[in-house]
Amino acid sequence: MKIGTPLEVEAGENRVAMTPDSARQLQKLGYDCVIQSGAGAKAGFSDADYAAADVEVVEGAEALWSTADIIAKVRIPQEEELDRLTSDKTLITFFNPGGNEAGLEKAKASGANVIAMEMVPRISRAQKMDALSSMANIAGYRAVIEAGNNFGRFFTGQVTAAGKVPPAKVLVVGAGVAGLAAIGTSTSLGAITYAFDVRPEVAEQVESMGAEFVYLDFEEEQQDGAATGGYASVQSEEFRNAQLAKFRELAPEVDIVITTALIPNRPAPKLWTEDMIAAMKPGSVIVDLAAERGGNAEGTVADEKVVTENGVTIIGYTDFPSRMATQSSTLYATNIRHMMADLTPEKDGQINHNMEDDVIRGATVTHQGEITFPPPPPKVAAIAAKPKVVEPELTPEEKRAAEVAAFKAQTKQQVTLLVVGAALILGVGLVAPASFMQHFIVFVLSVFVGFQVIWNVSHSLHTPLMAVTNAISSIIILGALLQIGSGGGFLVVLLAAISVFFAGINIFGGFLVTRRMLAMFQKS
Amino acid sequence: MEYGFTTAAYVVAAVLFILSLGGLSGQESAKRAVWYGIFGMGLAVLATLIGPGAGLWWLSVILIAGGGVIGYMLAKKVEMTQMPELVAGMHALVGLAAVFVGYNAELVMNNVAGLDQAGIDALKGFSAKVAAKSSVEIAILQVEVFLGVFIGAITFTGSVVAYGKLSGKLTSAATKLPGGHFLNAGAGLASLLLLFIYMGSDGGWTLLVMSLLAFFIGYHLIMGIGGADMPVVVSMLNSYSGWAAAAIGFSLGNDLLIVVGALVGSSGAILSYIMCKAMNRSFISVILGGFGGAAGPAMEVEGEQVAIDADGVSQALEDADSIVIIPGYGMAVAQAQQNVAELTRRLRAKGKEVRFAIHPVAGRLPGHMNVLLAEAKVPYDIVLEMDEINDDFPDTDVAIVIGSNDIVNPAAQEDPNSPIAGMPVLECWKAKQVFVSKRGQGTGYSGIENPLFYKENTRMYYGDAKASLDELLKRID
Repeated sequence: MKIGTPLEVEAGENRVAMTPDSARQLQKLGYDCVIQSGAGAKAGFSDADYAAADVEVVEGAEALWSTADIIAKVRIPQEEELDRLTSDKTLITFFNPGGNEAGLEKAKASGANVIAMEMVPRISRAQKMDALSSMANIAGYRAVIEAGNNFGRFFTGQVTAAGKVPPAKVLVVGAGVAGLAAIGTSTSLGAITYAFDVRPEVAEQVESMGAEFVYLDFEEEQQDGAATGGYASVQSEEFRNAQLAKFRELAPEVDIVITTALIPNRPAPKLWTEDMIAAMKPGSVIVDLAAERGGNAEGTVADEKVVTENGVTIIGYTDFPSRMATQSSTLYATNIRHMMADLTPEKDGQINHNMEDDVIRGATVTHQGEITFPPPPPKVAAIAAKPKVVEPELTPEEKRAAEVAAFKAQTKQQVTLLVVGAALILGVGLVAPASFMQHFIVFVLSVFVGFQVIWNVSHSLHTPLMAVTNAISSIIILGALLQIGSGGGFLVVLLAAISVFFAGINIFGGFLVTRRMLAMFQKS
Repeated sequence: MEYGFTTAAYVVAAVLFILSLGGLSGQESAKRAVWYGIFGMGLAVLATLIGPGAGLWWLSVILIAGGGVIGYMLAKKVEMTQMPELVAGMHALVGLAAVFVGYNAELVMNNVAGLDQAGIDALKGFSAKVAAKSSVEIAILQVEVFLGVFIGAITFTGSVVAYGKLSGKLTSAATKLPGGHFLNAGAGLASLLLLFIYMGSDGGWTLLVMSLLAFFIGYHLIMGIGGADMPVVVSMLNSYSGWAAAAIGFSLGNDLLIVVGALVGSSGAILSYIMCKAMNRSFISVILGGFGGAAGPAMEVEGEQVAIDADGVSQALEDADSIVIIPGYGMAVAQAQQNVAELTRRLRAKGKEVRFAIHPVAGRLPGHMNVLLAEAKVPYDIVLEMDEINDDFPDTDVAIVIGSNDIVNPAAQEDPNSPIAGMPVLECWKAKQVFVSKRGQGTGYSGIENPLFYKENTRMYYGDAKASLDELLKRID
């Protein structure tokens, strides 16, 4: 079958859904690849690059849509594109099925199968095709770069001959994929980074990226984000107020605010209100990654950069991934390629649209003339972590007390053992004759020595230990040797002789095999 | 006279034996320590032959030499995967020797009792020693003989059964006769009764009947223990063979026997303790066989087992920086240790950090995996114990589980109702990715479902361990 990628028709879209590299990988799955001439130009891939990767280059969208059996593209398809769909085609693209009913109907009418990349379930197995995450990653990075572009100072603090430069303070609101990418970029540029998220369990991730997590003074059982598929959920009014109060406190301090807070299927929550913007220093920058859904900051205008009266720049661009078209095309094309790999388990260049598969089922929005959106909940749910039980930190006094108690218990145990042991030995001594007691002392001491010595044996040498103890337990040969010559009759000699023989096998076998084993242990 | 010399030689031998065991604390010192043991044994035998055991010395020498040849051939020929069987087999020999020596003591006692003063004066060696004993001493001697024979007999049949199970000649599943452990307890009680009869009248038949009972206990006890509990069984038998030697040492009045018996006995006891601790089970529960009943319904296992092919595994290995391999009995069964070692060499040549994580009860013998890996020339300093490596799993890119199951079962930590709850396990699921090389779907020895196989970061690499690794080696060079 043929996979084709058209030129994106959306104005200002620079990305492309197939790169020469991804085409090579797709060919390994058994597919032929086609591309519309000029499709990759804005992302830095020329037609010649594609041709070099054995990709057929065709002129015009019409030709492309008619030759390809599978069409992979980036942006939500426009009407004229959906018109070109026929029932034998499969379309893989961002589709926004939740807010694109007309498109769904049209796709259904055409009978084509449509896979919406934003519908890939958020489970570990599907991470490699999670295009939302890979685009969010780029958006997070680019947000910091755009902020830097509009910010008049360094990120990192410096002490120069010309004076001291304080480091910039960056606040990232929402520590999802984009937020974490922004945190990583910002800390590596040297800024002091704070991050906030309504899901307290991400604090660990935030701190691992080198930022400081902003905690609220708020007591409420927080819902574990994992229970909602890793996304944030709607918060209570009290929580929201506590959150806004914290932001108000931070607003005068921070130089750059990057907001990424989104709740699935809802307008973006307003988190950065006008009074906060007013409280910020002139020259500060707000990058609102939620601009497409109305923005987290009041005053955000989608796709535009506005400067407020007090000199705060609010960036509301919605095309961050497209601004880094080479990078985002590479990642998106890889996501598509992984999706194709899951669709072609046999690697024979034929699509096996397995609607039993959680990932494929979840992402498919129309299948054989039926709308299959919304999908049923996936069979594999992310397992919500158990609430952590925090053990109270012990004070030094308590620790000391515990140590003393443990020491006392140990002493008590040892003394008891010694007393009992001594009493037992004394008891034996009362009845047993002296000749027995002599041997008994030797026995007890040997057991004692044995315990002391064996505890130090390295675990890795337990097998040689068994072999060598085996060999030396044939010391029983001494008993047989004593008896064999003591003249107790034929039976005694016979039994003793057998014992000597067996013990002989054991001595030689045991020691030799131990030696053989020990010789094998080599240091690197 | 020469007996003073003999005792002196015994003292030296005892010290050498202690040093020989103590030297096993490290791989390098162990290589020297084994020579201490050999010299100690040589000295002890020589001193006995030219001293108190001089009678019929030529016969003894011939027999030792004959046994030596067989032992030599055994030691040269044995595969390292067969070590558990060899060790069990050799325990059987010691057990049987102890039984025979005990019988002899009884025969000599009877002999001596029937002699008059002139006859007693003419006695030499062990008989003379017996003749000099008072009646209390004879009673003690009888108890000692009885104990020696009893323990020796259990060791003998127990070891034979263990040998059969380990070498696959007997089914490794736990099988019991109807009546279970009551049969054992009954046999034990009957033996105790026989001891009193034996001490009352001096009928040698009691000794024989008791040996038969003890043979039965040994057989039945070990038959009731399953394959994966063999490390405990083998170390327990190791301990028994020591105690049998010590008991015989008492009856013969030979201090060296007592010393060595006690050393070996305590060594086996400690090994059993370590093994039990590693399974979080009491010694008694292992011996009584089977796992304790679950305390409640097992946790529901969610998800599915996802398979992967050699390409996927090799790709992940190429990308990984740190790799931990967890071998288990399955590796020994498939004889895959050479392939594992080759894979390790190649990965290390690419500058990757490859390490091994060994659970104390991996395999069928304490330390079994270490020996197998050493045989395949895996350097011992990258073979780590559970406690040394468990904290490193979160920083590990790839963990490969080869033929182990229960020792990597997260249910031990996550499911308080699991029969193995609380058992220390290798936390390999914390690694970024886990590959499980396994014959097919199915549970391990304990029959417990392993949630590891269903984890999101786990991929199942089905197939025979050796064949699977061969496939991998083709792709990694």
